[in-house]
Amino acid sequence: MDTHIQVKLFASLKKYLPDHSERFPISPGDTVADVLKRLGVPLEEARLIFVNGVKGELTSVLEGGERVGIFPPVGGG
Amino acid sequence: MSAEFSREIVRASKRIKYPDGAWYQSLSVADVLGLSKAHEVPGREVEIAALEAGVVPERYARNMKTFSLQQQTTLLESCVSVVGLGGLGGTVIEVLARMGIGTLNLIDGDTFEESNLNRQFLSAEETLHEAKVEAAARRIQTVNSSVVVYTHRKYLSEKNTAALVSQSNVIVDCLGSLQDRFVLEKAARKAGCPLVSAAVAGVSGHVTTVFPEDSGLELIYGKPDILPSAGAEAALGCLPQVTTLLAALECSEVSKILLNQEPLLRNHIIAVDLLDNSFEVLQLSRPA
Repeated sequence: MDTHIQVKLFASLKKYLPDHSERFPISPGDTVADVLKRLGVPLEEARLIFVNGVKGELTSVLEGGERVGIFPPVGGG
Repeated sequence: MSAEFSREIVRASKRIKYPDGAWYQSLSVADVLGLSKAHEVPGREVEIAALEAGVVPERYARNMKTFSLQQQTTLLESCVSVVGLGGLGGTVIEVLARMGIGTLNLIDGDTFEESNLNRQFLSAEETLHEAKVEAAARRIQTVNSSVVVYTHRKYLSEKNTAALVSQSNVIVDCLGSLQDRFVLEKAARKAGCPLVSAAVAGVSGHVTTVFPEDSGLELIYGKPDILPSAGAEAALGCLPQVTTLLAALECSEVSKILLNQEPLLRNHIIAVDLLDNSFEVLQLSRPA
């Protein structure tokens, strides 16, 4: 059974944001890496991953209903 | 300071009212300057002696409904290193000088170029090609001559950084590249000193605070040996509204660290994205 997550992509990753980022469909058990591959985000650019406001990993498993945020490396000033 | 010096300060002060009607003893900027010259001490020492005698240097009057006399004294007794004097650093020195941080230690090897003008407040048409540390020192002298300023026109290296920041109470990372941030973090650890770090790309960015015992920047960027040569700012540039905002957030962390206030952004970042007006505090590590 499919479910949904909320996806937020920061900075240079914004261009990969899907049309329905508030309700992006996943299958329970998908990892963050699975989602990023479907969005076309190069995994090496997903440097900082948050799941429900807490640092996660590419291997973090999603059940549906999560908020997933991804930062690329950001270093300007 | 001697009792006679304190009496001199009290004699020079005037009894005036805050906007809420409360009375206080105020010492003017001119009197701070005069006493500083007469006694051959930096303005910050006159101001510390004033606060200890219950007299408010008028330049800090609008701080004093938030800071106690003791807290303002603590800020004046503190030394903050600002590393990088571009978009972040140019705003950070302005805020810290006006707040009344007594000693600012400034480090940047660069000079201003035209592409700095969109966001770097110390850059101006007439300061192009000038050393950033020179422009910074002049700006601080203009807004608060009580502040003691040390300048180092140097780029960071593994060899020089620890010595440059060793006397700091807090170090502020205002750098514009990824690799240097790890060099600075290492030096901050060696100095046993908290580090406040901000980074910008486009209209987004983040701020964090790292104490020597914290995992720190590795939680944000991964291991330093897998860092790319440049971050997302290479593709997106840096916009002035978010750079200035993050610089102000860094100063808030500096003030809270110096005054032992919580919560800080330790093991957290505040992530800002002005495209969708989002401000979120995110947790970098689970509590032990």
